[in-house]
This record gives sequence, C-alpha cells and structure tokens, in this order.
Amino acid sequence: MNSILLYALLGVGLFTLGLHALIVHAHLLRKILAINVMGSGVFLMLVALGGRTPGASPDPVPHAMVITGIVVAVSATALALALLLRMQAKTGRTQLPEERLE
Amino acid sequence: MSAVEHSQPSLLFRRVLLLPLLAFAGGLAYAVLSLPEQATGLSDQVAANMETSGVSNPVTAVLLNFRGYDTLLEMAVLLVALLGVWSLGSAVVHRRVDPEPVLSILVGGLVPMMIMMAGYLLWVGAAAPGGAFQAGSVLAASGILLLLSGRHLPVRLLGRPLRLVLVLGLGAFVAVGVALLSASGMFLQYPPGLAGAFILLIEAAATLSIGVTLTALFLGGRPDPDA
Repeated sequence: MNSILLYALLGVGLFTLGLHALIVHAHLLRKILAINVMGSGVFLMLVALGGRTPGASPDPVPHAMVITGIVVAVSATALALALLLRMQAKTGRTQLPEERLE
Repeated sequence: MSAVEHSQPSLLFRRVLLLPLLAFAGGLAYAVLSLPEQATGLSDQVAANMETSGVSNPVTAVLLNFRGYDTLLEMAVLLVALLGVWSLGSAVVHRRVDPEPVLSILVGGLVPMMIMMAGYLLWVGAAAPGGAFQAGSVLAASGILLLLSGRHLPVRLLGRPLRLVLVLGLGAFVAVGVALLSASGMFLQYPPGLAGAFILLIEAAATLSIGVTLTALFLGGRPDPDA
C-alpha cells in the first residue's frame, strides 16, 4: 500500500468518525466540531488523491478546491458558533429540541 | 450538567449504529481502493495553459485564473458569513484589561513580523506555495492576537473604514471582472500580458479582506461604536 492510499483511507476514517459523533452527540458544539472533522477527512482525501499524477507535481485543481473549502468551512463554523451562542443566550439550551415521533 | 441537557442515545442505539457506519466506511474505502493507481486529472490541462496564466504556481493559477469564479464566490461566502454573524447581534464586550508588559512587548514584536510574513506569502504565491488565503490567515492570526491582548480598533475606524476593507476583496474581484467584461467581452478573462498584474491586484485586496473578515468573525458579533 502506498502512502497516497494510506492518507485517502485516513480521510475516510476521519469522515466516518465525524459522522458518528454528529449522530451520537446532542450538544450542538460537538455537532459543529464533528462536521469540521468530517470536512477535514474530505480535504485529506482530496489532497491525497490529487497526488496520483505520474509526474512529480500533484494535480493542482484538488489543492485549489481544498483551499477554497477550508476558508468556506472556517467561515461556516464561525457562523454556526455565533448561532449557537445566540441560541444559548436566548433559550439557555445547547441542543436542538427533541422531536417526538408519535 | 442536567440529564435533559446532555441526553445521550441509548447504548443499544449506539451499538446498532456502528453497523451501518462501518458498512459506510467500508464502501468509501472500497471506492478509494478501486480508483486507478495513477490519474492525471486536470494537471495536463493546467500545465498546458500555465504560460498564459500570468503566474508560475499552478495552484494560484487555478485559484485566480482558470477557476476564478470559485474564488470570487468564495469571497462572497466569507462576506455573507460575516453578515450572518453581524445580524445576530453585537459583539460581546469583554472586560478590558491592560496586558502584562511581557505580553505587550511580545505582541508588539510579533505583529509587525506577521504582517511582513503575510506580505511575503502574498508575493511568493505567484511562484511557490502561498497566496491570498495563506497571507490572509496570517493577517487574521495577528488580528486575533491583538484582540486577545486587549488592543482594539479605534472607534472611528469601526464604521465605514472597517466595512470598506471587508468588501475590498470582493469589490476588487468584481471590478476587475466587470472591467474585463467591457474591454474584452469575457468576465474575468485576463489579457495575456497583464494576467499577473491583475492576479496580484486581486490577491492583495483579497488578502486584506480575508484577514479582516476572519478577525471580525472571531469577535462573534457586530462591533458597536458606542459599546
């Protein structure tokens, strides 16, 4: 197994770990962190798979997409954290209300 | 820590959840493993067009030239995220404390170096890893360092000057795009000889905007001049 596949599979692992945390944890801060871990997994996979070119230099397109993605992820996280703080200030709760299926 | 606040799914649910998650991870891993060992992707097209891109770093060429739309919209996403944060309320006013002398001297020495570092990253982005986003992040780090050590923007800069810098990146991008649209009929289609200059102009504006936007996002709310 070469290192590219190792990193790509690590990305898969990170994504799955984040998905697990997203489902299991009710606290919204943990959900935001989980989404970030999932995003990191996607970025790791994209960058790793961009290295499969025959030459020495990797494919620049996935790298540019990851840079774009990181900035979007950071700003979305900031917005999510601000929403969470606002919700906590208004309602005192840090998790979404439970929906009971009747 | 009340039971309601941190309700956890039952142990059974978590055990059962593992099965679909492992199956999902297995499917993804299978997809990764079944990819061809070598793939050129779009690197050949990028390499073939590097001459006309105006820069010699392929990632910067993709970001600012070949896929300039992505970066333009990304600047818009940053601005919209900040507008979202600002619309939620004003920034929490933290207790203002005078930083200790050691911290004060350290910050005073670090911040100018970080600004120089940002300028270097911006410049070197044309030929090597670097560019507007990296430079903007370093700039934002210095801004957050300043905020954390108790230094704030003077009130007179919080209104229009701050907003001007925030929209500078997107504004420069759109202005260049519209100017080129009226000159050559194509949005963001740089003329061959001037591509490098246009990219540097957009990147410089974007660096400032990214740095200030990220610092403003860190504040977590709209800075109020009267607060």
